Amino acid sequence: MRHYMVIAILLLSAAARAEYPAGFEILKKMDGNMTAETRVFTSKMIVHGRRDTRTVESRSWTQGDRRAYTEYLAPPREQGIKMLKLDDRLWLYSPAADRIIQISGHMLRQSVMGSDLSYEDMLEDPRLSELYTAEVIAAETIERRPCWVLQLTAVKDLAYHSRKLWVDQERHIPLREELYGKSGKLLKKIDLKDFTQTDGRWFPLRMIFKDVLKAGAGTEFIMQSIEFNVPIPEHLFSKAALRR
Amino acid sequence: MIRFLLKGLLRDPSRSLFPVLIVSLGVMLTVFLHAWLQGAMGDIVRANAGFSTGHVKIMSRAYAENKAQIPNDLALLEATELLAALGSRYPDVLWIERIRFSGLLDLPDDRGETRAQGPAAGLAVDLLSPHSPEIAALNLHASLVRGRLPAKSGEILIGDAFAGKLNANPGDAVTLLSTSMHGSMSLQNFTIAGTVRFGVSAMDRGAVLADISDIRHALDMNDAAGEILGYFRDGHYHDAAARKIARGFNERFSDPGDDYAPVMYALGDQDGLGEYLEMGNYFAFIGSAIFILAMSIVLWNVGLIGGLRRYGEIGLRLAIGEDKRHVYGSVIVEALIIGAAGSVMGTAVGLAAAWYLQVHGIDIGSMLKSSSMMMSNIIRAEITPATGYIGFIPGLFSTVLGAALSGIGIYRRQTAQLFRELET
Repeated sequence: MRHYMVIAILLLSAAARAEYPAGFEILKKMDGNMTAETRVFTSKMIVHGRRDTRTVESRSWTQGDRRAYTEYLAPPREQGIKMLKLDDRLWLYSPAADRIIQISGHMLRQSVMGSDLSYEDMLEDPRLSELYTAEVIAAETIERRPCWVLQLTAVKDLAYHSRKLWVDQERHIPLREELYGKSGKLLKKIDLKDFTQTDGRWFPLRMIFKDVLKAGAGTEFIMQSIEFNVPIPEHLFSKAALRR
Repeated sequence: MIRFLLKGLLRDPSRSLFPVLIVSLGVMLTVFLHAWLQGAMGDIVRANAGFSTGHVKIMSRAYAENKAQIPNDLALLEATELLAALGSRYPDVLWIERIRFSGLLDLPDDRGETRAQGPAAGLAVDLLSPHSPEIAALNLHASLVRGRLPAKSGEILIGDAFAGKLNANPGDAVTLLSTSMHGSMSLQNFTIAGTVRFGVSAMDRGAVLADISDIRHALDMNDAAGEILGYFRDGHYHDAAARKIARGFNERFSDPGDDYAPVMYALGDQDGLGEYLEMGNYFAFIGSAIFILAMSIVLWNVGLIGGLRRYGEIGLRLAIGEDKRHVYGSVIVEALIIGAAGSVMGTAVGLAAAWYLQVHGIDIGSMLKSSSMMMSNIIRAEITPATGYIGFIPGLFSTVLGAALSGIGIYRRQTAQLFRELET
């Protein structure tokens, strides 16, 4: 009797799994919503530290995961600081010091302005379908929205070796994300909220990042404005732009 | 009687030479070991107190929990007020503020772009006040290799090896890229005034020494301090007094429910130093105990052999009416004389060896290249008043114990048998 029950459970679970769609297809549709050739956005980062909360505003121009340029607008102490990312190199410019400083590749994984975001998190717009394999492992509901739970595994050496994504079944947008290191340790959690439809795509206007290795209540990343696939002047992605 | 015994010992070297040499050797080793341990322990205490722990140290509770990460966002606020309270409450202790920081030190080229850079482990102290105690506490004059000490705001000292790695020289401009107390990015330009070598690998790697007011400005730490260190004004660490001060302070100022309340730690309660010092004392005790035991066994045997050799002499002394207790007493007094002579000789040789190690030292820098321990690269012995008498305790004790054990045979001699033994 027990053998029959085990076989029945295995058959049911295999049948349930067979009903799941292909993970790669979902990931491609999600990339269609979340990524673009270029993005220009103004954002507000509310960093809930252990002792205080502060807000940093910036304007960014990004082209895929290769090129990005950011200028900080507020608060006064950060105003005028600029960052340029070309592939795995990052340059910083501070008007107070009037210096351009190059940061090496591993620093891209460090926190930006004490937030829960790394430079990579902030400056890159990666197409996950080109970097990870995907498998649907479950179906769950988040905030009354039915979601596919996707297990992503990196196909090359990346800061996050695997990811777990909760993707809205209807809109193909991620509602929650968990980022893991190569050891399988959970590194970050992201909740994506306040979705709006812009240029025919769904996009979150508020993302709550939590670096689980860091004290504090996380960082809210709020998109104040965003434009997709707008032309970005080439000179912006040069070191000369930093001192302008 | 002592004169009589002395004459006996001098005229019969077989009775005294070997025991004196044994005792001298043991005492010499004890004296040398004591001075070496004193030097090593004293050096660790001094290096840690000077660079890291103070004789007592105050941090916020949250900072103390994560101090390895140098969490300046959890630093002590209203440091001036706290310093004033400490000064009036504990006048025998000198209080100073410090800020530790980390970041990248970047050396620009002609166009102001990165030429070289390296990770910096920084310490911000009062470098510019006319009578700053930090100059002496960190031994900066002696540690200066090139250039000079900072004379004005915006000047820093960097480790000589670090300067070599960056190919930087006194007078060069550098930029410190770090994180402010509130998590912002901080870029601040400095000029290298000089290079230093502390002789402590853990400090010399990537060392940057800046004035605390400059770093407060750079890291947005107005009236904040990562750590407040206290030093006894006589310059020596007093463990019991430090622990008493820490207990009293914590009872009065430290609220266990407040993450940012100040907490004081005595040097012995930081970084396992207390255990380390205890371990040093424990080793010294074990060394002395083993020495006493080994010497006693050797001298017991020497006494037994001497007893056999002097079998006839002692028998004759007993036969002509000398009291057994008197004979036993004379053996003990002889042992005391031998012990004292051996201890004096051993102490003299041990002190000479310790003095050599105190002056010249042994360079162990190559073994400490990646060490995070605050320990000088040169191990030296340290001669203290105790070094002068520490050898006498095992030196005298072991000879007396050896003689006392071997001399027990005197009481076993039967008076009735003595004449028969003497006839044969």
